[in-house]
Amino acid sequence: MGYLDGFKVTGRIITEPKVTTEYPDEKRPKPERFHGRHVLNRYEDGMEKCIGCELCAGVCPARCIYVRGADNPPDAPVSPGERYGFVYEINFLRCIHCDMCVEACPTEAITESKLFEFSFTNREDSIYTRDELLVGDDGKPQQLPWEDWRPGDDRNTSGWVRATAPSGAAGYEGRPLWSGELGYGVRPPQRGQSDPASADETAPTDLSVWEMEAGEIEGAGIRRVGRSGARGSGTDRSGPPPASPETRPEGSHD
Amino acid sequence: MDPLFSHGITLAVVLIVLLKTVITFALVLVSVLFMVWYERKVISYMQNRVGPNRAGPYGLGQSLADGIKLFFKEGFVPDQADRPVYRIAPYLAMVPAFLAFSIVPIGGTVTIAHNVTRLQLVDPPWGILFLLMVSSVAVYGVMLAGWSSGSKYPLLGGVRASAQMVSYEAAMGLSTAAVVLVTGALSTSAMVASQHGSFLIRWNAIRLGFVPFVIFLIASTAEIERPPFDLLEAEQELVGGFNTEYSSIGFALFYLASFMNTVTTSAILVTLFFGGPDGPRIAGHSVGPFWFLVKIFFFLFGYVWLRATLPRFRYDQLMDLGWKRLIPLSLGWLLVLAGMRVNWRYGFAVFGGGLVAAALLYRALAVGRRTAEVETLREGTRT
Repeated sequence: MGYLDGFKVTGRIITEPKVTTEYPDEKRPKPERFHGRHVLNRYEDGMEKCIGCELCAGVCPARCIYVRGADNPPDAPVSPGERYGFVYEINFLRCIHCDMCVEACPTEAITESKLFEFSFTNREDSIYTRDELLVGDDGKPQQLPWEDWRPGDDRNTSGWVRATAPSGAAGYEGRPLWSGELGYGVRPPQRGQSDPASADETAPTDLSVWEMEAGEIEGAGIRRVGRSGARGSGTDRSGPPPASPETRPEGSHD
Repeated sequence: MDPLFSHGITLAVVLIVLLKTVITFALVLVSVLFMVWYERKVISYMQNRVGPNRAGPYGLGQSLADGIKLFFKEGFVPDQADRPVYRIAPYLAMVPAFLAFSIVPIGGTVTIAHNVTRLQLVDPPWGILFLLMVSSVAVYGVMLAGWSSGSKYPLLGGVRASAQMVSYEAAMGLSTAAVVLVTGALSTSAMVASQHGSFLIRWNAIRLGFVPFVIFLIASTAEIERPPFDLLEAEQELVGGFNTEYSSIGFALFYLASFMNTVTTSAILVTLFFGGPDGPRIAGHSVGPFWFLVKIFFFLFGYVWLRATLPRFRYDQLMDLGWKRLIPLSLGWLLVLAGMRVNWRYGFAVFGGGLVAAALLYRALAVGRRTAEVETLREGTRT
């Protein structure tokens, strides 16, 4: 029945479970190093990290960053250095979220959160200024009214997450090379490549993925997706990440 | 004839006719809205996705939302277009689809204020000829749309549409003739009545030996330009085909017409071959419209299944299938059925004779083709 085999295929697929994630209702966990809306970080004492060097503006391939530095006022310095970012603007209609500004930044001042669900009704609103990009007094990104923040989007937005790739040079494993920040302090390093748990390539290395799959983050409609079958076989890996004592951010910010 | 007119035409009769017209119109429109949703949903499930599910429960409002959106969009008329024809073409495509549904009986009779009438808008004694006529007229909309757009791809689409229609009209007419031959009536209600009785056995699909049904199914699919016969809107070759230059209401009407044709053709298939509203009684009640809907639903699913499964025909394959396979087959089967009307011995004699003739013809063609090939080879070596 060569001519009718195709009907068997379509007739079979119609009964199969669908792979679609119903996006606004269900969301997949975002990768830990997701590139979303930028934040400007601050030191533990509340000082801004940005020193107005304009390297981010220089490296930006989309030319979406505008920075104008200014000398710190001696009586009320904004940043610990000589200068600070007096004007800091990012046009999110141009930004391609390539993260090159984050890599260029010498002080880990600019990083990216996981937020991508925000929109504007006119072009001027797409330009975020320093007031909107700066983290709040708790060290977390400001959740602006027109942005759709979901649980987990504000996790690990600091320079720490950029500096601790699990595949970094082995000699630097476990050595924090990043500055402290408001609300978090100096964060401990992430699990490195010599950790046997890292050898399991099917396991998600991302803390937020672990937490979401374990249901630790409370949030509307976040569905367990993906690799549950592949992970389920491991008896040593049921539940929260094995490396959670190291990677779990300290403090009570959860 | 409809018993409604047996006592002369009074005001009540006119009102009933008007009511039936409105109801038919609404029924077709609603069924088209449903069909758009149903097709998208089923084909999505056959492609491992979920399809429209945001507008209303299960996405049922999707086709309505799309329709409203299309009607509020700006309508362009291309500079090169022949304006009057360009404007009228969508209506020419849509009206026949409506008209074809009007001869379909969807149930027995009802009594409205002492007036007995059929559940059928009109019941002319030449009903099925009306169907053939209307389905031929339907291609004018497509053809004129292609021609009047003043653009090359739509023109090609329109030409394809008319050629395809001409090719398959014959096979469709011949398989309809088989139905007419066996039921002995041109009127659709008489056809349904002749299939009425024992469930399934007296349906034309069985009575006629299945072949006319298959031919009608294929030919009507080609006639309404549904996949796998949608060559006139082959995106890979013709951009959008005949409706490339249409936007807004014009496009919406073509879209509506194509789905309306699908629903209408399913209804005609059910009427001609599957006993129309014939079916077993449920709890002692005659539920013709219910069975009619069930059967239509079945065929609509079949059309979507065809679309989800089969790739589009190549143009020469389309013509081969129409002229070299369907027309001879339906003609031969009509002869067999005519023989059967006389006597079963005649019938089988014609059947056997037909097989022998077909085999001889095939052999002759094969020999001829081989001779031609040898000739070509000789030509090649000589030069």
